[in-house]
Amino acid sequence: MSLGGKIAAARRLLFGDSARTFGTLSVVLLALLAVVPAKDYFREWRTYQKGYLRLVSKRSDATSLARRFEPGVQQVWLPELGVVDRCATCHVALKESSLADVKTQPFRPHPSIPHNLSDFGCAFCHRGQGAATTVEEAHRSTKSWEEPILPARYLESSCGQCHLDRPAGTPLLNQGRDTLAQYGCVRCHTIKTLGGVTLAGTDDPPSLAHIAEKTSREWIAAWLKNPQAYAASATMPNFQLPDEDIRDISAFLMAQSTPYRAGTAAETAPAAAAADAAAQQEGASLYGESFCASCHATQNAAGTLVGGTLGPELTRVGSKVKTAWLADWLRNPKVYDPETKMPHYRLDSKQIGLLLGFLGGKTDSDFLGNRHFDAAPKAEIEHGQKLVIERGCAACHDINGVKKPDDFAPELTLVGSRPLAKILFAPGVPETLPDYIAAKIRQPRSFGNALKMPQYTLAPQQVDGLVTALLAQTEGAQTVPARLRVAARRPSDYHAAGKAGQLIEDMSCFSCHTINGRGGDMAPELTWEGTSVQRAWLVNFLKNPNTLRPALIRRMPKFNVTDAEASTLADYIMTVYQTPAFDRDALDGAHFTAADGERGKELFYGKYACQSCHIVDPNQDKGYIGPTLTQVGVRLNAAWIFHWLKNAQSLRPGTLEPVWNMSDDDARAIAAFLMAQKTAPRAEAARK
Amino acid sequence: MNRSGLAGMIAALALAVTGACGRHAAAPAELQPKAYGAAIVLVSGEKQVAGVGAALDQPVVVQVNDAKGAPVPGALVRLAAAGSVRFLPDRGLTGSDGQFTAGVSLGSSAGRYQIVASTAGGSGKRAEVRVEEIALGYRETLGQQINAIHCIRCHDSESTPERVSNHDNLKAQPHSFTEGAIMNSMSDAALVAMIGHGGAALNKSAEMPPYGNTLTPAEIDALVAFIRAVADPPYRPQGVFDASN
Repeated sequence: MSLGGKIAAARRLLFGDSARTFGTLSVVLLALLAVVPAKDYFREWRTYQKGYLRLVSKRSDATSLARRFEPGVQQVWLPELGVVDRCATCHVALKESSLADVKTQPFRPHPSIPHNLSDFGCAFCHRGQGAATTVEEAHRSTKSWEEPILPARYLESSCGQCHLDRPAGTPLLNQGRDTLAQYGCVRCHTIKTLGGVTLAGTDDPPSLAHIAEKTSREWIAAWLKNPQAYAASATMPNFQLPDEDIRDISAFLMAQSTPYRAGTAAETAPAAAAADAAAQQEGASLYGESFCASCHATQNAAGTLVGGTLGPELTRVGSKVKTAWLADWLRNPKVYDPETKMPHYRLDSKQIGLLLGFLGGKTDSDFLGNRHFDAAPKAEIEHGQKLVIERGCAACHDINGVKKPDDFAPELTLVGSRPLAKILFAPGVPETLPDYIAAKIRQPRSFGNALKMPQYTLAPQQVDGLVTALLAQTEGAQTVPARLRVAARRPSDYHAAGKAGQLIEDMSCFSCHTINGRGGDMAPELTWEGTSVQRAWLVNFLKNPNTLRPALIRRMPKFNVTDAEASTLADYIMTVYQTPAFDRDALDGAHFTAADGERGKELFYGKYACQSCHIVDPNQDKGYIGPTLTQVGVRLNAAWIFHWLKNAQSLRPGTLEPVWNMSDDDARAIAAFLMAQKTAPRAEAARK
Repeated sequence: MNRSGLAGMIAALALAVTGACGRHAAAPAELQPKAYGAAIVLVSGEKQVAGVGAALDQPVVVQVNDAKGAPVPGALVRLAAAGSVRFLPDRGLTGSDGQFTAGVSLGSSAGRYQIVASTAGGSGKRAEVRVEEIALGYRETLGQQINAIHCIRCHDSESTPERVSNHDNLKAQPHSFTEGAIMNSMSDAALVAMIGHGGAALNKSAEMPPYGNTLTPAEIDALVAFIRAVADPPYRPQGVFDASN
């Protein structure tokens, strides 16, 4: 039979008369009606729900697990946050902590976190498409929905959508935000965090207005070529400039420089000490005694950086600075840079000479190479100025004749919500937002040679931190209801008043100590120092700081203050820095009896085992986490010790001393014992 | 349309096509080993602790040796692991020192990851070495922070330039949190009590202070979670288990 014949026969069979037509159409209609329930029956999520019931049926707590299971589509709807999440439809065991051993998704319980699913939903933190009910659409980007789920390594970024308070559980986010502020990112890119607060830089890029006084054009050129070759820890990025551009920029920077003090250069600059071994040794000792290494690092023979990070690395400083400038700087750094974190050390000419000799010896002939520049022609200087403007140097540095550019680079306030459709991916980069941001940070110029963003030297963990911090900059973060926002601690611009205030600025106390919310964390907070210590001890300590905490490598330097200066500072501290919580003279040491002291001693060594961390008797106590207490009776006030033993955290938040919550009797007895420690017992040579 | 325009268009089209193909270029040709070893050993990079999904600080370094224990350059090493662990690179030939180095990013759930580094032996026999790494979830990370502030100075006998250990100054030698043999024998409740009430309250050394007024209950729980995460041998909680196991 021909094909036409077959079709004709089929038509007769199905539509031969009205009864057949009716029958056929009814069957078709029934089939069509069955499509919807069938489609629903075979939905992906039903497979998972059935799989879950099979899984729990084998467990010992099967009955209660099955009873808590809710079939069907599960939805969290939070209009305030814009959350419509159906994730729990497949992730049915999010709250079942007894399934902790289950490793297969979607049946794993959610790890314990400080928030409830019903308050935030899932996609607010994990991103992805909360409303989707298929694996593909919920987790991966599709044509219609393009936000994929956030990789676990960047998950802390979601905390940053509400939190500006450095939660302890988000170290990567905190580190990333610090890097944004420390590496100058925020000087070119505007980044507004929740509540519209603009992130501010915490780095201290030096002014270049007087650069010619400080260093040579050859050094500037070598530095521009590769800042990390001078100091591995340098935060200045590499602008990957061609040599002609470096020549012209260095020419311009030298030309724009003005003298930084009226009149001529340094007054009678002390000559560097003779370069003999003894003077070098003496200079090295002075460098050590002055605790320069608390802030400045140098490379040791093994190539390891040793020292603090508050100031610049000094490994090759002799190849950088001019001797006259360094002498001036050591005499009083505030003359060159009133804002510097470096304290005014009050060194005498001999000491300055020793340090000049020691630091001047830290040279590296390889770094400068055989660069030599002759006087630059005007055209080179003008070209240099053009380059400085083009490259945005003034976004970080003060430069004469160049205005600080506004919004030099794209704003990154909403970079965490940037639509993938608007991103041009470089070849080889996986097409996701985190990978794009990471690639951009790792190698900005891989996206185009004409891009201005320089090359940073960052460890992989720093890149992860930066990506985490930037992914927190979402549209959601801008619209989070105010009640959910956790603000950063308000920065304090506290200044001490009067003559003492000037001294505190002059010695840069805030670089290490925090007072009333302002300052660093290298050294103890001093907000209530006046309640804590005795005046005579304080005066002595300011003049000649001795070591209180043997285990610390960062120590209080000796600032060579005069008697009058020490007295002024001590008066101010004793009068102003007092806690309102109690009176420092409330507990009179004269009322302590010998019996009190004996009982305190028992408690100290027995019940509370204070010797684990403190030394009272150097012949038997070994603990060196807390300060040595051999002479604590002349250092602290009895009332301070009493309250410290009860709740040290309330007096100095973040101190390592646990909150003992001691009874008044115990605290009083230990205070009596400690107040009796007035003279350092001589450590006897150990005899065995 | 003139000829050069047409030629230009064809060239542009060809470029676009090759460009598009280039994006989905096939994986690089399979590496061929230049030599075969008899054994593979771990050099460094074991038992590192990092957040979920995070890159480990140190790379994993393995070495391929021959039957006499001498390093074999040019042997093919493959890395594999369950879960979403990523390697950079996941395979390669050993260098002149017989070693192969790879960066590792852990998977997205907290727990232990077993990485298997393997090399094919000459006679088709496969040698492998297992490397364990530890991923911390939110709670364990929080516990790690608390450990770094309050616990590590006494409980870790290793000193670093920035942190001098107080371990040897104490009469009761505090146990390291990685000492599974001791830590695993204590229940969660016992650890919480020890941290919160201190040693003296539990007839142990008073040198362990009570932290119940310093840390919140949630912080103490986080610390316990961290202790459980790093214990070696691993902690196996008592509780409800899959009856089919």
